[in-house]
Amino acid sequence: MKIIVNGESAEVEAATLAGALEELGYGEALVATALNREFVPAPLRGETRLSENDRIEIIAPMQGG
Amino acid sequence: MDIYGETFESRLMLGTARYPSPDVLKAAIAASGAQIVTVSLRRESAGERAGQAFWDIIRETGCRVLPNTAGCHSVSEAVTTAQMAREVFGTDWVKIEVIGDADTLQPDLFGLVEATRVLSEEGFKVLAYTTEDLVAADRLVEAGCRVLMPWGSPIGSARGLNNVYGLRAMRARFPDLTLIVDAGLGVPSHAAHAMELGYDGVLLSSAVALAGDPVGMAKGFRLAVEAGRLGFTSGPLAPRDMAEPSTPVLGLASFA
Repeated sequence: MKIIVNGESAEVEAATLAGALEELGYGEALVATALNREFVPAPLRGETRLSENDRIEIIAPMQGG
Repeated sequence: MDIYGETFESRLMLGTARYPSPDVLKAAIAASGAQIVTVSLRRESAGERAGQAFWDIIRETGCRVLPNTAGCHSVSEAVTTAQMAREVFGTDWVKIEVIGDADTLQPDLFGLVEATRVLSEEGFKVLAYTTEDLVAADRLVEAGCRVLMPWGSPIGSARGLNNVYGLRAMRARFPDLTLIVDAGLGVPSHAAHAMELGYDGVLLSSAVALAGDPVGMAKGFRLAVEAGRLGFTSGPLAPRDMAEPSTPVLGLASFA
């Protein structure tokens, strides 16, 4: 299924957000996720199902001012 | 300095962006004496994991982190970013920025109030990046904000305190609220001035990170914040128009 990850197209077989993170190589990384602009808490990733053309944001700590 | 019931000895908060190297960042944090540093969130690449490396550096410093919503231009962006920050950083604190003007990076006060209301209801402890506008400040307090962060001048401008009258009025209006001057400071005297006005603290970033010697500048700001605070708490002399002799004239020898 084709989805958009951080603004770029990606092809995943996983049906859930948790599966997609694993498949895309994020594994145990400290990240937060949003699906179609809505925050998805980590405990809900396993039950969050993905659909064609879903937009996922995967973000992590960065320097700030 | 009191942040939502927690007391901090240091009155200086420091940004973590734009340092020449991670080592200089760590040394500058140490030299500044800061106990709170600001951090942000960005898209993470699975290959690079740059965010993980940065987070390891920050944890080594032992500082509390204050996530910001820099770069957000709408209420929904700021709210979603805050929700993600709470999970990643494990803190209810968030510095809310809703930018309203591209040239000055002036906060959108209407969006700021709305984002503060939504997030306060969700249990966040909001530190609001605002202007010296008293009406907006009233609305922010009504929305649940207990730490106001008015700008000194536009972010990164190094202009110091653009509106001293406005900042003084805000301090007078909210004598018991934690007020922190955020943004626009360039040199240590700017920070000292803010502290002499009675502000509880300052937040600075570019002034240290982009200085020729960030570690030296961090120390300069630390000393200035301490000096300014003592200037405020020690009963400063009121200005007057004409001279008053500082050496007693009683008993002065007469050579006339």
